[in-house]
Amino acid sequence: MNSLGEAFGAAWRLIAGFDTELAQVVGLSLQVSLIAVVIATLIGLPIGAMIAVERFRGRQTLIVLLNALMGLPPVVVGLVVYLLLSRAGPLGNLGILFTPTAMVFAQAVLITPIIAALSRQTIEDAWREYDEQLRSLGARRLNAAMTLIWDTRFSLLTIVLAGFGRAAAEVGAVMIVGGNIDGVTRVMTTAIALETSKGDLPLALGLGIVLVTLVIVLNALAAVIREMALRRYG
Amino acid sequence: MRFMRGAALALVMLGLMQGPAAWAQQKFITVASTTSTEQSGLFKHMLPIFEKKTGIQVRVVAQGTGQALDMGRRGDADVVFVHDKVAEEKFVADGFGVKRFEVMYNDFVLVGPKSDPAKIAGTKDIVAGYQKIAATKAPFASRGDKSGTHAAELRLWKTAAIDPQTGKGSWYRETGSGMGPTLNTASSMNAYSFTDRGTWLSFKNRGDLVIVVEGDQKLFNQYGIMLVNPAKHAHVKKEMGQAFVDWVVSAEGQKAIADYKIGADQLFFPNAKR
Amino acid sequence: MLPLELDQLTFSAGTAAIIRGISARIEAGPRSVILGPNGAGKSVLMRLCHGLLTPTGGRIVWHGAVNGGKSGDVRRHQAMVFQRPVMLRRSALANVIYGLKLAGKSSSQAELRAMDVLEVVGLAQHAERPARVLSGGEQQRLALARAWALGPDVLFLDEPTANLDPASTQDIENIINAIHASGTKIIMTTHNLGQARRLGDEILFISNGRLMEHTPIDRFFKQPASAEAAIFIKGEMP
Repeated sequence: MNSLGEAFGAAWRLIAGFDTELAQVVGLSLQVSLIAVVIATLIGLPIGAMIAVERFRGRQTLIVLLNALMGLPPVVVGLVVYLLLSRAGPLGNLGILFTPTAMVFAQAVLITPIIAALSRQTIEDAWREYDEQLRSLGARRLNAAMTLIWDTRFSLLTIVLAGFGRAAAEVGAVMIVGGNIDGVTRVMTTAIALETSKGDLPLALGLGIVLVTLVIVLNALAAVIREMALRRYG
Repeated sequence: MRFMRGAALALVMLGLMQGPAAWAQQKFITVASTTSTEQSGLFKHMLPIFEKKTGIQVRVVAQGTGQALDMGRRGDADVVFVHDKVAEEKFVADGFGVKRFEVMYNDFVLVGPKSDPAKIAGTKDIVAGYQKIAATKAPFASRGDKSGTHAAELRLWKTAAIDPQTGKGSWYRETGSGMGPTLNTASSMNAYSFTDRGTWLSFKNRGDLVIVVEGDQKLFNQYGIMLVNPAKHAHVKKEMGQAFVDWVVSAEGQKAIADYKIGADQLFFPNAKR
Repeated sequence: MLPLELDQLTFSAGTAAIIRGISARIEAGPRSVILGPNGAGKSVLMRLCHGLLTPTGGRIVWHGAVNGGKSGDVRRHQAMVFQRPVMLRRSALANVIYGLKLAGKSSSQAELRAMDVLEVVGLAQHAERPARVLSGGEQQRLALARAWALGPDVLFLDEPTANLDPASTQDIENIINAIHASGTKIIMTTHNLGQARRLGDEILFISNGRLMEHTPIDRFFKQPASAEAAIFIKGEMP
């Protein structure tokens, strides 16, 4: 328990001291995961919506596949993306390996199935409720999908936050494709891994506390927004 | 309410844009090096000097020696800076590196529990130390990860005419990880371990471990630097990479290395040939 | 659009036959009430007419076009109110505007028309409130307003007051009559005899997927032609 006490001390000193390195690492973590989740939403949400309202051959198989992909291990994604982006690989000419761009790419790959699968479920549940009424009013598939997305926006927000949480918490993908380069691709999770391997456990724990606190704050914010919204829109 | 939401969204987008804009600007080289070198803190000390002088950002990806050389072979790095002479010379001979330059050396030490079950303390002879460990079957934590340190450790077992694999599963424990995690394991298991001095000096989780053997000539650890061959990989930043290699072996670079200390201890001893 | 002709209409779900060959001719004018016990197939019949379900056999002919011609076009002149109102997560006014925008009205036209209709059904003061916080009766009134705003030739209603209290039921029935007075054809299902008597001009009595009777209301209650209808009126069927 000595370590835990030291850890809180370390965490407090980091935050109170406005340590610039910490600020940079936190800032990069947020940037990378936020941009990744935005990309994942722009791709995953329409996919989820279309699968929810359309009926086509192989739909059930696709749904099962999508749900399974939610469990993609980050380290596997990292490895695959690394092989893609390595100079020896097909996308090597982009030269983005070991940059934050590669990290965003890897995390986007990781979270898109989560956004797609969960929004598919949410929108399909809503579709069942709204289906007949929307068709009666003359809404075509595309319009119906967009209407459903807007109507389920608060559940979808929770899904996006879940995606962000997953991204901010993972270390396997960003470590491999980012290389944990000091000042360039070091994020919270890779910094924690580094300090742990250096044996500086209090510092590692301290960073961990900062990370967890950040994620809690974000989710609390989301809960508040949902509450306000439910009260206003029913 | 609508206005606030719009404004908040705009602010977030603006903030996010800062990221990619900043990421694209810098001129930089990628150096593949080892975890032990980075964790010693040497790069944090010496790279800013080079960056200030040339404006070139040096991005170090730290892994095991084997992985670092692989990175060079794949062309994912511009410069390789590791400590395994045999592997480095093969790298150049195979055409992946242009030329090998010696940079500095540090030494390895054998650390172990204060209680010293193998009764090694006091000897300067690392081979004798190894033989005692094998004889008493005292627990030993090895990196087991194809790193330069691991390669050096294995060479010494060979010199002692011992096959540590006979102890696999009982006293010889391979962690398959970097120096830090291996020391963590040794510390919690009260085991002996083979480490470079640099990592040891900055390692904070020592537990009951102390240095038991040091100073043997055989514990000498030579570092080499090589430019990745642009003939094999056309995109290698050869001017900037060469500038870095030249600087590291120059008087200024060598001085930066010598100046790096933890407390009063110098970690690395520059020995580039002029 | 009218008359609506059903020709040997059948519908099965899996192996279960729900509609077993219904033929009828529904003219413009009288308020048509589809009456029958639970499970008779009333709701399914409505959905077939409105185009929400596709028949497994037979034809639906609107004023000369088979199976409704292009289903999109025909449906534009119809509207439907369901037993449970389905409101979008937006204001009452916005819900009405939604249907109008789908029908191609401009934003300003839609808003004007929506406010007018809300006035008529007595919901003007709730226009900006979220539709989902309104009471059951208010939401059903809103559903009627939304349907009416579209100016349909035919309004289908599927057990519109089954979930409402007597006061709300009366409100709804008044609005239905107002819509009828404005020239829209009413086709409604119910299993409530009192309501049928109040709102019906003619009765289509369905039992077990078959059309048993199609008669003006007085004749139906005084002299039902089928045994099933007689039992139903006496109140012995559910």
